[in-house]
Amino acid sequence: MQQTGSPPPERLAARALTVAYDGVPAVEQVSLILPAGCLCGLVGMNGAGKTTLLRALGGFIAPGSGSVRIDGLPPALAQRRQRLAYVPQSEQVDWDFPIRVRDVVMLGRYGRMNLLRWPAAVDRRAVEQALERVDLSNLAERPIGALSGGQRKRAFLARALAQEATVLLLDEPFTGVDLPTVQLIITVLRELCAAGATALLATHDLEAIPTFCDRVLLLNRRLLAFGPTGEVFTQANLLRTFGAAPALP
Amino acid sequence: MAPPFGSAIPLVSLVPLSLGRWLLEPLQQGFLMRALLLGGLVAVVCAVLSCYMTLKGWALMGDAVSHAVLPGVVLAYALGLPYALGAFVFGVGSVGLMGWIRQHTRVKEDTVIGLVFTGFFALGLVLISRMPSGVDLAHILFGNLLGITDADVVQTVAISLVVLVLLLVRGRDLLLFCFDPCHARSIGLRTGRLHYLLLTLLSLAAVAGLQAVGILLVVAMLVSPGATAYLLSDRFGPMTLLAVLSAVLATLSGILISYWLDASTAGCIVLVQTGLFLLAAVLAPRHGLLARQHRRASPPVR
Ligand SMILES: Nc1ncnc2c1ncn2[C@@H]1O[C@H](COP(=O)(O)OP(=O)(O)OP(=O)(O)O)[C@@H](O)[C@H]1O
Ligand SMILES: [Mg+2]
Repeated sequence: MQQTGSPPPERLAARALTVAYDGVPAVEQVSLILPAGCLCGLVGMNGAGKTTLLRALGGFIAPGSGSVRIDGLPPALAQRRQRLAYVPQSEQVDWDFPIRVRDVVMLGRYGRMNLLRWPAAVDRRAVEQALERVDLSNLAERPIGALSGGQRKRAFLARALAQEATVLLLDEPFTGVDLPTVQLIITVLRELCAAGATALLATHDLEAIPTFCDRVLLLNRRLLAFGPTGEVFTQANLLRTFGAAPALP
Repeated sequence: MAPPFGSAIPLVSLVPLSLGRWLLEPLQQGFLMRALLLGGLVAVVCAVLSCYMTLKGWALMGDAVSHAVLPGVVLAYALGLPYALGAFVFGVGSVGLMGWIRQHTRVKEDTVIGLVFTGFFALGLVLISRMPSGVDLAHILFGNLLGITDADVVQTVAISLVVLVLLLVRGRDLLLFCFDPCHARSIGLRTGRLHYLLLTLLSLAAVAGLQAVGILLVVAMLVSPGATAYLLSDRFGPMTLLAVLSAVLATLSGILISYWLDASTAGCIVLVQTGLFLLAAVLAPRHGLLARQHRRASPPVR
């Protein structure tokens, strides 16, 4: 698809992004560019503005100033064209909803279906593949509320996979998840990025970051550092990010 | 332990032969046949919508909208317009006003709902008492299914078809909106519009439901079938089907019972609906009281 030699296309770009709640800025003057195939970690302490930044990048909150482009499109258009998948920090859904795991994953396909949202063979296949990849095929018939916390996270990751978006924004996908599941999520994300997608994920799991992120963004309201993991993810930079030195692996 | 449904079998043998007469005789009465057909249609419409209402937690909203249509009905009669038009305008108007007050004051949502619908209802009462037209308050409040006019039939059928078609086309998007509005947005659905679509459908269904059971009880049509079905199924498709079945069963049997007992039609329909809900609450295979108690008594071995 992509010609050798030409630079990979810009997937996600922000220019001087500022977001404020009631006049108090939570994210200030953040600029970034993520090319295709890039897996970027977003690191900062509690309240640093990670969730705010992800929500602004996804077009869920309007920035006070600055701009966002997803695959060159404004976020609202990118949403409609199914370029964006967003996995929130905690799902705000009714866990008693009468819906099976498989149907939850199918929700990821809605934007690609006809107006009546009747799934076609290609949608069914995408759902089964997504369930397979997060290792939930055997629980697909369960009501969503009958899953454990980690299994729920996997179900919503599967939904994001089924969406076949090019940009994934994940807010702390590793919290409350055991080690094998962390490994599974990492494997899935690496496969996606190898296939040309781009992911930006907020995490507090500093140990895991060098093992799978090729880029890191350090945030404390303002962007502190952003670049290849080897250059940016240093003791000195983490000291600036957290105000104290967390033990690096 | 015997399954809870086993106890239903002996009842069947008790059904008297006169049941045939009990069912058939009324059908020869034109007005009753019409009530059954129209009541059945309204039950289907309200039942499908009730699934969304129970899942979204909008029971109070349904109650509010159905009360708020009163001045619209009265004005429409006075002006010689279709009653459905007046009801719809005031139903949607009340929803808009609630949204506006909620956004521009610090008053909480349920308070706003309580304020607005009583205000509208009071306006309706005043209008009725000042307009000695052909409006019969009792018919509006309690429904008049057995004395329904041709014009009412046409309006109710039209409204019902509109609601059913809209649900057929946008029902899945509405379901996604009820379950996870954040995801709905992230795939580019306009959640603001879906919100108002659902409120509009609620207003329309309330107007249709008025015909069957009147303003005071229409909320039962918009809540009970969904609640009953919610206890019986863990999937939305079967839940909708069960809601429709229970609503149609309740409406048809309610009408027949009211004919034979010469009792309030609305009262009978809603009583049967409540009865079905209680049955489900006790006997539902997974979520019923008996099943829960049974599980507590003998925790599953795995
Ligand atoms: N809805 C809101 N209204 C007002 N202020 C908010 C709102 N959401 C977040 N904030 C504030 O904005 C700042 C950034 O919050 P944000 O949720 O983006 O942090 P975070 O980096 O995701 O933190 P965590 O690691 O705890 O998830 C915080 O100071 C927070 O108090
Ligand atoms: Mg956060």
